[in-house]
Amino acid sequence: MRLLDRLTRRGAAVVDPLVADLRAALAPERVRMDGAERALMAKDASVFGGGVAGPTCFPTSTAEVQAIMRVAARHDSPIVPRGAGTGLAGGAIPLGAPVVVSLQKMNRILEIDEANRIAWVEPGLINLDLSRHLHPHGWHFAPDPSSQSVCTLGGNVANNSGGPHCLAYGVTDAHIVALEVVLPDGEAVMLGGLDAEPAGLDLRGAFVGGEGTLGITTRIAVRLTRNPPAVRTLLLSFSSVRAAAQTVSDIIAAGIVPAALEVMDQRITVAVENFVSAGYPTDAAAVLLAEIEGLEAGVDIDAARIDEIGRANGATDVRRAGSDAERELLWKGRKTAFGAIAQLAPDYYLHDTVVPRSALADVLEEVYEIADRHDVVVMNVFHAGDGNLHPLLLFDAREEGTLERVHAAGAEILRASLAAGGVLSGEHGIGVEKQRFMGELFSDADLEHQNRLRRAFDPLCRANPGKVLPEGHSCADIQQLRAVPTGVWG
Amino acid sequence: MTASLAVTDPVLHDFAEDVGAADPVAVAGGRTRWAVGGALADDARILAAPTGIVAYAAPEMTVQVRAGTTVAELDAALASHGQRTALPDRGGTVGGAIAVGENAVETLGRGRLRDAVLQVRYVSAEGELVTGGGPVVKNVTGYNLPKLMTGSLGTLGLIAEVILRTNPIPAARQWLVASEVDPMAVADAVHAPGAVLFDGTSTWVLLEGHAPDLAAETAALGSVGSFAEADGPPTLPPHRWSLTPAAAAAFPDGRFVASIGVGTVWADTPQPARPADTGAAAIAARMKHNFDPTGRLNPGRQAGA
Ligand SMILES: Cc1cc2nc3c(=O)[nH]c(=O)nc-3n(C[C@H](O)[C@H](O)[C@H](O)COP(=O)(O)OP(=O)(O)OC[C@H]3O[C@@H](n4cnc5c(N)ncnc54)[C@H](O)[C@@H]3O)c2cc1C
Repeated sequence: MRLLDRLTRRGAAVVDPLVADLRAALAPERVRMDGAERALMAKDASVFGGGVAGPTCFPTSTAEVQAIMRVAARHDSPIVPRGAGTGLAGGAIPLGAPVVVSLQKMNRILEIDEANRIAWVEPGLINLDLSRHLHPHGWHFAPDPSSQSVCTLGGNVANNSGGPHCLAYGVTDAHIVALEVVLPDGEAVMLGGLDAEPAGLDLRGAFVGGEGTLGITTRIAVRLTRNPPAVRTLLLSFSSVRAAAQTVSDIIAAGIVPAALEVMDQRITVAVENFVSAGYPTDAAAVLLAEIEGLEAGVDIDAARIDEIGRANGATDVRRAGSDAERELLWKGRKTAFGAIAQLAPDYYLHDTVVPRSALADVLEEVYEIADRHDVVVMNVFHAGDGNLHPLLLFDAREEGTLERVHAAGAEILRASLAAGGVLSGEHGIGVEKQRFMGELFSDADLEHQNRLRRAFDPLCRANPGKVLPEGHSCADIQQLRAVPTGVWG
Repeated sequence: MTASLAVTDPVLHDFAEDVGAADPVAVAGGRTRWAVGGALADDARILAAPTGIVAYAAPEMTVQVRAGTTVAELDAALASHGQRTALPDRGGTVGGAIAVGENAVETLGRGRLRDAVLQVRYVSAEGELVTGGGPVVKNVTGYNLPKLMTGSLGTLGLIAEVILRTNPIPAARQWLVASEVDPMAVADAVHAPGAVLFDGTSTWVLLEGHAPDLAAETAALGSVGSFAEADGPPTLPPHRWSLTPAAAAAFPDGRFVASIGVGTVWADTPQPARPADTGAAAIAARMKHNFDPTGRLNPGRQAGA
């Protein structure tokens, strides 16, 4: 603390005019330029490095975010919004030394409006804190990323995040009713509205998933979801990943839409079991965690059907959580899967692609083959009900050449997913990670139209430059930023 | 090696050619919402969108359908596999429903129309075929053009084809009606109703789900009031208001039907113009300029007008 203060003060003597103006607009202590802060802001939770942060601002109000935007505009500086920095596609990595706008301090629940079934919150609010607060009132916020105990609502909006329970309830986008957004020119606008069918273009829908390139959201009206009266959680064990994947397809084909359908392969199950002792079977080639929510009788009917479909596909064991505690333990196992990896390898690359559900088993087989061919260890834990794969590639960055092998395997997995009729990302976004693959899915005209959408919000391309769209399809005046940061494959 | 979203359908290419790149042009569907968003300019050429269901993958819960197909035809095809979409059937086309963006009466059960559109193919002002979104149920690959096109009244592009998310039709469905009950209490008594409608006197509720759950919910409603079975929702007055759920529950006067928990109100009189957020209007104007600089797509119409 002392040290940071001193560094900041020493910095103040040589402050550039941008920093001086930001400090005048906010408060000196909420604009940081010290080395420690800049190092912290240079990365997110992805494996991509190479970011260079400019001054980091910690606004506490919409007016302050507007002031930052105006100062940045006056100095022709780019800005990058940042939530908790848990993004996995490099979305919050600062390219071109932008002003970093951390929304951390804007983390209040402003209003719970049960009559309209919404809550107004600030963007820095942690996802789980919102649901914890709502739960006693009979409500929750449905999107529940595995990172929900740390990630922010603003980050969820920007990435249109998913989570296990988005199978039945839909991803973040379906739960955002209105947004206050500060545009790169400093103007604050309201997108969407609390009424049933807000007038005009669906700009709220266009903003969600914009990865911080369309402006900064400063207030969010989220839809409240009722807590379900009854929940059943099943753990099915299989002697092959294919059988688990087939079961997922068959459940959906049978007209059942569970709240969640998550698959873990044996490697990850063993790692999780060692980590949290959740009672997962370590001898099964794959486990399927299925959860059904609704009314008492219906959840039993669906649970029985899932049990039956699982056994028809050769499930070796079907277990039902007998208590809330057991249910929570099973979910703890699923949600700490990534943490469990830390025992096995110092680094991991968490991939994110989507394939049609019917292609799950075939693509998974390819994923294992690809990893073998590149001599990389792969584990799979994923939102199977949505066809959303998350191959986890384990590595040790200190070993010469491993990162290159990981990225080569990652690229092949992407192409296998596209070839099966899938897409590049189901929930982590494009960021700096997948830009160069955008042209393999979309035509030039498609990308040009995405760029038109982008420029309607940010005509001068000042918000989070160098993300999402590939070179040649984004604003020309920031071409110099698109030098690929170190650590990004290429 | 990879499958891109390149459009190979010759029918769509013909449609793009018909749209061309020069003169004012519009698409007519069933004309059931022809007046929404203002009158079409006199000089606009009027086309029909291509028709037909291209691919229906019931186990994936997705359907690829050309925009000129009627919602009724789509509904019939899906129903034969026990599925449905969020699109309301008003006698119009799939493309028209999406361009207008209005939800079904049973929004609570079917979901919102905007959330059903996974991929959209449209013809741009330059006469090019453009694809936004993707063919799978979960996707954050790039910017959300499907959301932008939904409810845009064809002012940014002329919709040629979409991929929609489908959902299972619940095993059991039953409309119930009671008078002299508090509609909010009704909405609270039922866990996931398909719809709760209130006309100032009576409250209709659509129960959906497994049969035993419906029996339990019907029993629970007994503590709120005296419900009788109904054949369906009440007849809806012609004009559609968009209000907050709280305001809809307290709709002041005249003949009306309010969707409780949603905020749509059908009334005898049209809703007065709603003041637009000036900042959002400026973004919308830039959007229109970026997508259609000469204003040739559906001239005269404006989303939200
Ligand atoms: C262990 C682990 C598990 C995960 N599990 C999931 C999962 O199950 N599902 C899932 O979808 N994701 C998951 N993620 C990814 C990540 O947590 C989500 O993408 C999350 O929404 C990011 O939130 P954040 O606050 O950390 O955002 P950041 O990483 O800080 O930022 C992400 C993007 O949002 C932008 N942004 C942030 N705040 C704002 C704002 N207020 N206005 C505009 N733009 C803004 C940034 O510029 C950046 O582009 C996981 C990550 C980890 C590390």
